[in-house]
Amino acid sequence: MYTLVKIELYKIFRKWRTSIGFAAIGVLVPVIQIAMYFQGEHYLQFITRNFSDNFVFVGNLLNGYLIAYFILGSLTIHIPFLIALVAGDLLAGEATAGTYRMLITRPVSRIKLVSAKFIAGLIYTNLLVLWLAVISLGVGIMIFGIGELIVFKDAIIIFAQNDILWRFAFAYAFAALSMSVVCSLGFLFSSLVENAIGPIVTTMTVIIIFTIFSAINIDFFRTIKPYLFTNYLSTWHLVFDDPVNYDEIIKNCLVLTGHILGFFGITLFLFKRKDILT
Amino acid sequence: MQKVIEVKNLTKKFKELTAVNNLDLNVYSGDIFGFLGPNGAGKSTTIRMLTTLINPSSGTIKIFDKPLKQKRNEILRKVGAIVEKPDFYGYLSAYKNLEILGQISGCDTSNKRIMEILETVGLEKRAKSKVKTFSHGMKQRLGLGQALLHDPELIILDEPTTGLDPQGMKEIRELIIYLAKEKQKTIFLSSHILAEVELVANRMIIINKGATVVEGMVQDLLNASQLKVSFEIDEIEKAKILLAETQWKKKIESFGDYQILFLLEKEEISPLNKFLVEQGIGVHSIVPKRSLEEYFLHLTEKGA
Ligand SMILES: Nc1ncnc2c1ncn2[C@@H]1O[C@H](COP(=O)(O)OP(=O)(O)OP(=O)(O)O)[C@@H](O)[C@H]1O
Ligand SMILES: [Mg+2]
Repeated sequence: MYTLVKIELYKIFRKWRTSIGFAAIGVLVPVIQIAMYFQGEHYLQFITRNFSDNFVFVGNLLNGYLIAYFILGSLTIHIPFLIALVAGDLLAGEATAGTYRMLITRPVSRIKLVSAKFIAGLIYTNLLVLWLAVISLGVGIMIFGIGELIVFKDAIIIFAQNDILWRFAFAYAFAALSMSVVCSLGFLFSSLVENAIGPIVTTMTVIIIFTIFSAINIDFFRTIKPYLFTNYLSTWHLVFDDPVNYDEIIKNCLVLTGHILGFFGITLFLFKRKDILT
Repeated sequence: MQKVIEVKNLTKKFKELTAVNNLDLNVYSGDIFGFLGPNGAGKSTTIRMLTTLINPSSGTIKIFDKPLKQKRNEILRKVGAIVEKPDFYGYLSAYKNLEILGQISGCDTSNKRIMEILETVGLEKRAKSKVKTFSHGMKQRLGLGQALLHDPELIILDEPTTGLDPQGMKEIRELIIYLAKEKQKTIFLSSHILAEVELVANRMIIINKGATVVEGMVQDLLNASQLKVSFEIDEIEKAKILLAETQWKKKIESFGDYQILFLLEKEEISPLNKFLVEQGIGVHSIVPKRSLEEYFLHLTEKGA
């Protein structure tokens, strides 16, 4: 199994589309950071305008932490796309290339082959999120330095410098878990078709439509909202509450993990019986 | 003799279309088994079932005397196959492709073994080239390499010579014979070209529309049939006159500018040649033109 995963990872990282993900983050994040470098004070004034009459903000508020927090919140569609790009190709890519015929005729069960691919996909997903963390937090701190993190939710929350890093660590971990759900969904769609475009588009469509549903404030959509997995993708937000609602976080993590297992289970079930016709 | 493949009542339906229809076949140890049929006969569909790419609609497959469905991995460890056209990871080298496939199979993937395989199929000089830079014939060769990698006992080849030049076809033919004779492999060879199978196979089955047309020893089947034979000669007009007065007249199928086409039993070729030469007519070549289509025709005519 270890060998199979290693081979799948090798295949993933020898493909162009994989570098797209890393390159996109490597370019996009610094662009946001540079923009913040020049325009950040405006942005800060804008979001603090309601409070600045009553408060005097002191210190370096426009710091690496704030930028990283801002970036994590603003890439909610981009990152899933980069995940879907690779996940959607994992199985369908073999169909398009015709390599299923070589692969599936080896003396290894389909279950094992598919599991190895899935694990490799999850590793890619986690590495991509790690890359995002390194670039947005690491480079952000290099450019802007550190300071207190000011977060605007229902209320304004200010975290002390020594109370921030662990929150980011958890935030990226939850982001990775959320993106793993996207990966499993892309993988499921990938097992059904013979071309990677379909799964990529379908995964993104599902995420966008569910996100729109979640945002509509009508009774019907409010009722189904808890059942839409997209609702749980922003679990990372919860670690920037004070106090942190651990029950909620644990519940969300269970829901996300359930989805990963569910999507993967369906993939296994369908793929085991699938006729390979390409 | 030990049965290597035993197929019973094998059927595969795609919606309404029955691609393979109640097929029975037996391949014995050491056979070079020709699996013949025109385009769309169901050859590749059968091979996909033999290699577990698709599930039969009904019927059973036993390989090495074990049910394929239950003992899949155990069986496939001893089976090498080319299914339809050879496709590889184009962004990886020939060497890397073989290495990966070998590792998945869990067989020897040492540099020595992989280079040995690449040499066997004549690709050692292109080991490091990406497969996307390969011609179709080269991929076909790599496909064969991939099928031999784990030193299987049974080798299933789906039209392995398509896209090869005559030299390449000859090499593959020789390799197939070498594998069967020297290495005691069993070969299951699908093709739509009768002449190709005739040259290597000892037993064969012909299928059409998914069902058996005829099965048996190649010798028995083909000797019972007439051949179209083209005689290339120098003096056509003279030959016409000479032949008109003999029993050979009835055997003439048509005249070309430089050759005459006869419909003959195999044993008649040599006497006819002798006759022409004795009459002072130069015979430049004798080419048998048996095609699967004509053989079919022959079978149906005989049946009618
Ligand atoms: N995926 C599919 N869906 C529907 N019908 C199919 C499919 N694959 C094959 N067929 C049909 O099954 C029949 C047998 O096809 P198959 O590919 O097995 O033929 P073949 O003998 O290998 O032909 P060829 O010499 O052209 O390779 C054909 O009529 C074909 O149209
Ligand atoms: Mg075919």
